[in-house]
Amino acid sequence: MDNIIEVQHLVKKFGDFTAVDDISFDVKKGEIFAFLGPNGAGKSTTIKMLTTILNPTGGDIKLNGHDAKNDADAVRRSFGIVFQDPSLDDDLTALENMDLHGVLYGVPRKIRKERIEQLLSFVELWDRRDSQVKEFSGGMKRRLEIARGLLHHPAVLFLDEPTLGLDPQTRNHMWSYLQDLNEKEGVTVFFTTHYMEEAERIAQRIAIIDHGKIVASGTAAELKSRTKTNSLEDAFLKLTGTVIRDEDASTTDKMRAHGRMWRGGRR
Amino acid sequence: MKTIYILWLREIKRYLRSKSRIIGSLGQPLLFLLALGYGLGSVFAKAGEGNYFEFLAPGIIGMSIIFTAIFSGIQMIWDRQFGFLKETLVAPVNRLNIMIGRTLGGATVATMQGLLVLILVTIFGFRPYNWALVPVVILFMLLVALLFAALGAAIASLLDDMQGFQLIMNFLVMPLFFLSGALFPLDGLPAVLAGIVKFDPLSYGIDSFRILLVNNGSFGLGTDFAVLAVVTAVFLGLGSYFFSKIQI
Ligand SMILES: Nc1ncnc2c1ncn2[C@@H]1O[C@H](COP(=O)(O)OP(=O)(O)O)[C@@H](O)[C@H]1O
Ligand SMILES: [Mg+2]
Repeated sequence: MDNIIEVQHLVKKFGDFTAVDDISFDVKKGEIFAFLGPNGAGKSTTIKMLTTILNPTGGDIKLNGHDAKNDADAVRRSFGIVFQDPSLDDDLTALENMDLHGVLYGVPRKIRKERIEQLLSFVELWDRRDSQVKEFSGGMKRRLEIARGLLHHPAVLFLDEPTLGLDPQTRNHMWSYLQDLNEKEGVTVFFTTHYMEEAERIAQRIAIIDHGKIVASGTAAELKSRTKTNSLEDAFLKLTGTVIRDEDASTTDKMRAHGRMWRGGRR
Repeated sequence: MKTIYILWLREIKRYLRSKSRIIGSLGQPLLFLLALGYGLGSVFAKAGEGNYFEFLAPGIIGMSIIFTAIFSGIQMIWDRQFGFLKETLVAPVNRLNIMIGRTLGGATVATMQGLLVLILVTIFGFRPYNWALVPVVILFMLLVALLFAALGAAIASLLDDMQGFQLIMNFLVMPLFFLSGALFPLDGLPAVLAGIVKFDPLSYGIDSFRILLVNNGSFGLGTDFAVLAVVTAVFLGLGSYFFSKIQI
């Protein structure tokens, strides 16, 4: 099968700090691929480089056959993204935000209208479609971002911690919608998460990233058998355990941070 | 085309929705007009320069345009801070078109603001010497607005937080305004000042307003147009270049 994303020796430094440390990986066309890792692992930084809004310090990115450095416009025609951080226009209404997105992504008017109604109903914002986004709660904004991200059907859809702050219903809804999109239209889905079970349940392949490095990748089953563990969580702890010991920072601090995260703490 | 239109429309909607911004940005021109127009009127007349209020009105229109235009360009910093900029930067459209849409929107808003000030000064007794020229004035207003909206956007592309904003207002917009001949006649200036004024694009904008509204200018309409058009093109080019280099 073809690779729709090919990343080689990708590096991003912020000053002295290396946020993404020489990672290489491929994502196959039509795959659901997860980037799993704790906060600060470098997931968002990687996504920003894949989506052309951040220049890598080194390495190569190919997306849908196009080089991210030299052919950014072609790359941008190939993907859609739901960012981790807010990216709505607070002064516009929910409907206007959706419509603007549809126009920018060239979704034909008729499909645009249909899908906007369908998606806004689906995130339970159709009744509030004419309210300015600044009146929305955090959760409503997040739901709107998700709905907007699903408005057009690109070759690759990036979702950066899409479920953060969503209630379980919307979360389930969203995943079934995405799996449907993946099956019916062959949309490749690349998402990041720090929830184990989500990666295990949804993703066909997982890359575990920590401290800017990919420590392991494969299917959930492969990761478990390779580490001789029964759950992805144990597999993860075993894999990242070595990394922790190599660090000079206090091991207990890191452990505490990991513990917090795996219990579902946010940010 | 659609990209340009939808981003233009966004700027217009945001403007029309911020009533406080519309009203607030009428306050300053009004203050200048009344305080200076009436305060300095008699001195101006004694110096044999004629009616100061009439002289000042085109300058005040220029003032409201430069402030509104640069401000709307600079608003990109907010878009960056609040995240919306990302949404446009990853879109599968040419970044030049994004820049053009935003800038045209900002320029339209600034022109509307200039028109409001024109109406305002008319209420206070200002009369254009030839009403038929008002549509031409509006075109020149749009050109000036475009120039400064592009400048604002170019600068905003280079700044990643709000801290630069106050700096721009104090060290760029204020000097551009005060050194433009908006408040004083250009003939008989000390050589240094006269030289500086010639480097301020706003001078040519206000000169064109004055020629078209009160038939009293210094550079000539052709020169005004040429300078404004060239500088606008340069700023648009620079703005698009900086914009295409933005990273989040
Ligand atoms: N613009 C930036 N400047 C400096 N450091 C940054 C910047 N963006 C991210 N970082 C740092 O890079 C690391 C990785 O961040 P990020 O990719 O957001 O992690 P994740 O998405 O996995 O939680 C973090 O330590 C973060 O503080
Ligand atoms: Mg992140």
